[in-house]
Amino acid sequence: MDFTEEQVERYSRNILLDDVGGTGQRKLLDSSVLIIGAGGLGSPAALYLAAAGVGTIGIVDDDHVELSNLQRQVIHFTSDISRPKAESAAEKMRLLNPGVTVIPVMERLMAGNIVSVIKDYDFIIDGTDNFPSKFLINDACVLGGKPFSHGGILRFYGQTLTYVPGSACYRCLFQTLPPRGTVPSCGEAGILGVVAGILGMIQASEALRYILGIGELLTNRLLYMDQLTVEFRKLNTKPNPNCPVCGENRTILEPVDYEQPACSLKEGPAAKVNL
Amino acid sequence: MKIIINGKEDSITPLDGKININELLAIKNVEMPDMVSVELNEVILNRADFVNTFINHGDRVEFLYFMGGGAA
Ligand SMILES: [Zn+2]
Repeated sequence: MDFTEEQVERYSRNILLDDVGGTGQRKLLDSSVLIIGAGGLGSPAALYLAAAGVGTIGIVDDDHVELSNLQRQVIHFTSDISRPKAESAAEKMRLLNPGVTVIPVMERLMAGNIVSVIKDYDFIIDGTDNFPSKFLINDACVLGGKPFSHGGILRFYGQTLTYVPGSACYRCLFQTLPPRGTVPSCGEAGILGVVAGILGMIQASEALRYILGIGELLTNRLLYMDQLTVEFRKLNTKPNPNCPVCGENRTILEPVDYEQPACSLKEGPAAKVNL
Repeated sequence: MKIIINGKEDSITPLDGKININELLAIKNVEMPDMVSVELNEVILNRADFVNTFINHGDRVEFLYFMGGGAA
């Protein structure tokens, strides 16, 4: 399996697992995951994937670290304020595990660049904070046949769904962007930091299990979690024949940019969520 | 009639014997139908069909809330 002594020791708790072993660890080291967003979801995902020895990890963010991020974006420290998030995250990941290759990408993903950014990765994690990005990532991954994990959070709640070619995609469930003003987005609605942390780690777990080929992914199952009651529900679903990007009469044939900047959905009434 | 909403049993009494998805959303205090996707018996409904899709006894209804945050 060609591990160095350092690797055998570093990854010993992975290798001890029957479902991982040396073969699984080799798969992890040979794999690549792209994390889009070095924020509340991306922070724990990035740390755990680097720790686990995912050989190549891309981390995309065009933003800079702000004081109000630190309540949940645990990969960034107080001394990182005003640094590019992708750079700050990459530094911590390399310090944690110098044996993995980290590729910071300081760009905003748009229809024009997303295809080239995602193309070399085995699995994509959506840790973005706005609907235009979520729909863009879904469409690019579905059209490019890339497995990815959708994640969304709001206050004490989170949802996540994993897509692999042939399974239900995000658009199968949520056909189009909610109209402006109906759903509160990021900062304005508030979020308890741990809620982002738990959901981001579930997304990282999906990436690891996809690479290892073990267990059951959250494909065709939308996981909802409520961190007020600590209830987790899985909603069975299936590909929607009317889906505009993966259905029978596709109308979306390439990634599309939507006009709706992050945090623009704040004007609406607070959504009451009854899980 | 008894239905299951988001995994929990619920009892609703339609006034004229029939209730469509929009009316169900209103009864259940979903302020705007645009806030949710609706799945009926594991099939996602088109938004345009909310008004002509009626609920029957024993149906399993799921309100899927949009969650746009990633706290990025
Ligand atoms: Zn679809």
